[in-house]
Amino acid sequence: MQGSELTRAKVRSALVFLAPMLLALALAAGWPLGRTLWFAFTDASLTDNGYSFIGFENFWNSEWGGLLEDGNWWQAVGNTLYFTFVSVALETVLGVGIALALDVPFRGRAIVRAAVLIPWAIPTVVSAKMWGWMLHDQFGLINDLGMSLGLLDQPVAWMANSATALTAIVAVDVWKTTPFMALLVLAALQMLPRDIYEAARIDGIHPVRVFFRVTLPLIRPALMVAVIFRGLDALRAFDLMYAMTANNESTMTMSVFARQQLVDFQDVGYGSAAAALLFVMVAVLTAAVLTLGRVRLTGGAR
Amino acid sequence: MMPRTLAGRAGFYAFILVIMLFSVFPFYYAVVSSFKTGSELFEVTYWPTFNMENYVSIFTEQPFGRNILNSVIVAFAVVAISLTLGVLASYALARVSFRGRGLLLVTILAVSMFPQVAVLSGMFEMIRVLGMFNSLPGLILANMVLTLPFTVWVLTTFMTELPKELEEAAFVDGATPLQVVRRVFLPLMGPAMAATGLLAFIVAWNEFLFALTFTLSNEMRTVPVAIALITGATQYELPWGNIMAASVIVTVPLIVLVLIFQRRIVAGLTAGAVKG
Repeated sequence: MQGSELTRAKVRSALVFLAPMLLALALAAGWPLGRTLWFAFTDASLTDNGYSFIGFENFWNSEWGGLLEDGNWWQAVGNTLYFTFVSVALETVLGVGIALALDVPFRGRAIVRAAVLIPWAIPTVVSAKMWGWMLHDQFGLINDLGMSLGLLDQPVAWMANSATALTAIVAVDVWKTTPFMALLVLAALQMLPRDIYEAARIDGIHPVRVFFRVTLPLIRPALMVAVIFRGLDALRAFDLMYAMTANNESTMTMSVFARQQLVDFQDVGYGSAAAALLFVMVAVLTAAVLTLGRVRLTGGAR
Repeated sequence: MMPRTLAGRAGFYAFILVIMLFSVFPFYYAVVSSFKTGSELFEVTYWPTFNMENYVSIFTEQPFGRNILNSVIVAFAVVAISLTLGVLASYALARVSFRGRGLLLVTILAVSMFPQVAVLSGMFEMIRVLGMFNSLPGLILANMVLTLPFTVWVLTTFMTELPKELEEAAFVDGATPLQVVRRVFLPLMGPAMAATGLLAFIVAWNEFLFALTFTLSNEMRTVPVAIALITGATQYELPWGNIMAASVIVTVPLIVLVLIFQRRIVAGLTAGAVKG
């Protein structure tokens, strides 16, 4: 009897403890998200205060097309998907490689492990500026190095050309985020039982084979989580593109597009519609991941 | 496994060297460039000269000191609020079983996946209605959507792992739940709070989209926005020396923090991600 009394008191105080956090989240996330989704169906703008409900017209209409017929929007979608796939794929491969190297005990390993964190610690805007300077068409280090090594015939205007600009942005993201990936993979590697490797070594199995047959399957769950987190993160990328090329169409992501409509063109309804589409995309992916993850966790464990 | 042949070892150390260069060199080059002025910037060199001119001029030509102060205020406030709300909530989520707990945890995790831009127009409206446009409280509120979910999540993960006997003894002695949180759990939460607090600090310090959108005047900008918007005499002539000096100033404290707390950070990141 006393136990259930205590339980009830605990549940009551639990709700009190949760309240401030829930209020903060409602204020900072729930309400603004709800308003954005509502604005997506209106013709609201920053220039005048009145607005009205217009249904799906921001998404599609027969007059001017809406988002679904907006070439710039589709370009932004394409840029975002390209950026996400290429950068996450490169980060995963490089991250696993670096993690494998850092898993080997050698002198000075602690220093290397600390150094690897530096790109991750640098603010994205700062990374963008640092690389923007190294990629400068006239005075940049990359052109200077490329020409003195004979890799380039003449200086390349990396950020001015739409093909190289997006590649450069991918490269900066890979530089900045690979350490994060490497450290997550390293944490997973260090939890693996060592005796499997001992057995494989005694049996004379080639290390590459050990990697693909033993290591990779064992770290796969952790690797998948890291890839999914990074992928969802890359889909909403904004800082890097904005700091390197501002609102340039050839490198614009969905987030940059939505903000440009919203702030620069003052078109709250249209910008919100773009933001809402991005949100739905990320939400569907997240829901799929969470559901699949739970199915595997409960189904696989017992 | 360390390679056993000499060539293998040489290859291994060469790879380590490449990793080191890859990680450290770009920042080193920013430091070298930050000491260059005028025509020195037109030539690629690899050794620093220690001319402090750019470091002086970013504070005299624009309110960069004020920008740093803004970033410090916002980041500390965000950390303090996130940790306070996070510890209380994580006790409820980790130690008390009530209906809807699982759903609540999944919702909180889902919020951390939000694209920031999805709350932008709603937040913009709210901040203007509350009279917080172009002010630091507005930025602090906006940052909550970024830091609170993972703070709650990591602290909950950590708190779940503490043994049950801890609080039972205290409850038998007649302690209230708030006392249990303060006297029993808080002292044990030090490492977890240091890790999440530091991650929240880095997120708030680096935040760009909200700070860019919700501030207007030079004096209210935070550091990332100030750096992104540094312009020169003409549009095509960016003062790269100043930009590099500003970049070095805001990055050095972060690098120092990260190097000191690297183990904690990795533990916090893996608790947040691997168990997600």
